[in-house]
Amino acid sequence: MKTFKDVLPRATVIFLIFTLLCGVVYPGIVTCIAQLFFPDKANGSIIEINGKKYGCELLGQQYTDDRHMWGRIMNIDVSTYKDESGKTLMYAAPSNLSPASKEYEALVKERVEKMRDANPEMDETAIPVDLVTGSGSGLDPHISPAAAEYQVARIAKANNMTEDEVRKIIDRCTDGRFLGVFGEETVNVLKVNLMLDGILQ
Amino acid sequence: MSAVIQYLLYLAVLIALAIPLGTYIKKVMNREKTFLSQILMPCENVVYKVMRVNKDEQMHWKKYAVSVLAFSGIGLVFLFLLQLLQGVLPGNPQGLANVKWDLAFNTAVSFVTNTNWQAYSGESTLSYFTQALGLTVQNFVSAATGIAVLFALIRGFVQVKAEGLGSFWVDITRIIIYILIPLNLVISLCLVGGGVIQNLKGSETVSLIEPIAVSADGEILENAEIDFEAGTVTVDGKVVEDADIVTEQFVPMGPAASQVAIKQTGTNGGGYMGVNSAHPLENPNAFTNLIEMLSILLIPAALCFTFGKAVKNKKQGAAIFMAMFICLVLALGTIAVSEQLATPQLVQHGVNISMTDQAGGNMEGKETRFGIATSSTWAAFTTAASNGSVNSMHDSYTPLGGMVTMLLMQLGEVVFGGVGCGLYGMLAFAILTVFIAGLMVGRTPEFLGKKIEPYEMKWSVIVCLATPIAILIGSGIAAVVPSVADSLNNGGSHGFSEILYAYSSCGGNNGSAFAGFNANTIFLNVSLGLVMLFARFLPIIGTLAIARSLAGKKQIAKSAGTLSTTNGMFVFLLILIVLIIGALSFFPALALGPLAEFFSNVI
Repeated sequence: MKTFKDVLPRATVIFLIFTLLCGVVYPGIVTCIAQLFFPDKANGSIIEINGKKYGCELLGQQYTDDRHMWGRIMNIDVSTYKDESGKTLMYAAPSNLSPASKEYEALVKERVEKMRDANPEMDETAIPVDLVTGSGSGLDPHISPAAAEYQVARIAKANNMTEDEVRKIIDRCTDGRFLGVFGEETVNVLKVNLMLDGILQ
Repeated sequence: MSAVIQYLLYLAVLIALAIPLGTYIKKVMNREKTFLSQILMPCENVVYKVMRVNKDEQMHWKKYAVSVLAFSGIGLVFLFLLQLLQGVLPGNPQGLANVKWDLAFNTAVSFVTNTNWQAYSGESTLSYFTQALGLTVQNFVSAATGIAVLFALIRGFVQVKAEGLGSFWVDITRIIIYILIPLNLVISLCLVGGGVIQNLKGSETVSLIEPIAVSADGEILENAEIDFEAGTVTVDGKVVEDADIVTEQFVPMGPAASQVAIKQTGTNGGGYMGVNSAHPLENPNAFTNLIEMLSILLIPAALCFTFGKAVKNKKQGAAIFMAMFICLVLALGTIAVSEQLATPQLVQHGVNISMTDQAGGNMEGKETRFGIATSSTWAAFTTAASNGSVNSMHDSYTPLGGMVTMLLMQLGEVVFGGVGCGLYGMLAFAILTVFIAGLMVGRTPEFLGKKIEPYEMKWSVIVCLATPIAILIGSGIAAVVPSVADSLNNGGSHGFSEILYAYSSCGGNNGSAFAGFNANTIFLNVSLGLVMLFARFLPIIGTLAIARSLAGKKQIAKSAGTLSTTNGMFVFLLILIVLIIGALSFFPALALGPLAEFFSNVI
């Protein structure tokens, strides 16, 4: 107990010093450098055209229109966030479902049927797994090239474009692996849709 | 094929970075000159002056332990109060409310114990002020505390007939100033360059390409036709009364990158966002992922080499590293294969899980940019280390994949484990191993020239068993409390796995979760908080007691009768002991959870 009393004042001073160092100085330095050198990225990679914010390049949205490319299955949250005027904002969360349950089996079946209905051109082609599963963040902005290719025929028909025109757009929104090895190839769904809508060139 | 190359490269890069860092940390520990000394020495001296610390103090183990406890205690109280009062404090552009007492207690304990279990969602619960001044600071100091205790234990092995274990204050100061701050500055700048957010603005909103119609009671209306001018929503020709049209998306902002860097390197794991490093603004691409993922194991792996160098027996460091590494590779292999094979429920009815032009496999709860290889590697790394950050949702793993992540935590977080604490936990297992091996062949047990006697044995057993005891008693009680059932997200055996995972994560000071489990209730917040405290501080006291006892012993010369602790046989025995204790303690519980789920699929 005596040692404890001896130690306490020193521990308090040290704690305060590190609070200052690690809680103020360190994040401060990082914020300054970030805002100076990478302002776009540090502020959320928002796609802004003529003053309108068309979306965040890194956050997925839900698409159900035949003219648009569809993304991962989303679990939409419209109860957590509101803006200053009280308007509801959209966000999303992961499902956290076990992929080994009966309920999950039924859910996948339902998703598969919906995909088949929307893409009659693809007939009985097996559906790329990205299109019938929810993502880890709930906000995955990407799908795989296979999942994009599956939708090409539908998108082309709905937009009166040729399939090659659609593929060209997809190509421009496709990112390879880092250094050719790490991660996976991805298609940014938001960018594809902004290009399909003629907003992004 | 490319997946296999990815797995191998991740492991190779890790080793290549850990060895030089290990040498550097040894210099920091022994107060030797390093390439950063010229810049950092003045800062260090200023800190000592302000603190009035005697640089050359040699603390007795009790004083060292009391210092650790007092320092952690102050952190706990500070962080607790910070959350209770965040509503009236500055740095809160979103105007978030004060945190409730039970959640504040749980979160404070969780960050002070280097667990970073999160019963809340960062972007909707904590202000920037709380995140930076409370959480980021604890990320640093709790990591530094773990490493400092390890330093004390290493000194116990090195010293001969001595009392002192070094000064806790000098240790944490040097660890923070020489290791954690420089390393994290570099890492966070790489992360911002890669696209992680770092700003002090309030949250943003952006337009939705396709607005969403929501009914009055919050249900999303499918196939709705929206008339913007009239503001009406029509479904199947009928106008829906009081429907809400959502046209904007919420985009979280704030100083994320600086916190993400330290949560990875300090084996903390508490995400800036609720979904942790799966969130695209916290981990936007394969480059940031590579950095964040390697950071998880970088320091824990480096410390093995630090240990070898410091005790002047590099082979010993390598032997401990090998034991950990072999366990890691086995675990990673099992997770990777299970996830790539997915489950029968997912494969049915014409879903394509091949690896052509996509990652394939069980993509539920995984991000497209990470696929199976990168998600599985992260899952193995984060549960092997007591990090607990995730880039995919473990709740949605296959039964076997999910079980391995749980088992890695239940082994006591000694497969690399937390910074510092993983290695001192493993050294306690090594002491058990030499004792058991010594008994088997009838030799006097000794480790690194120090005789292992009943005193060390008793404390080692306590250090090794603290985690299993905390997990089993905790989850046992939780399983019979009726209200806990309301927190479950899945039914049946997977529901039990959610409880077991929660207590394993807190007992292992890991912090990852089967995140469907709603842990924000008074019972769970308090009981998980107590589990974390027990599993963190009992082993710290035990380790320091062992350190002091070893330091007081004389060095015995090696003889023909000495059992080698650096050969393959020892590595094998060490792994065996770790697995036996883990498997025996947890087999019954695992059989009720993930194993039951797995076999119900097979049969």
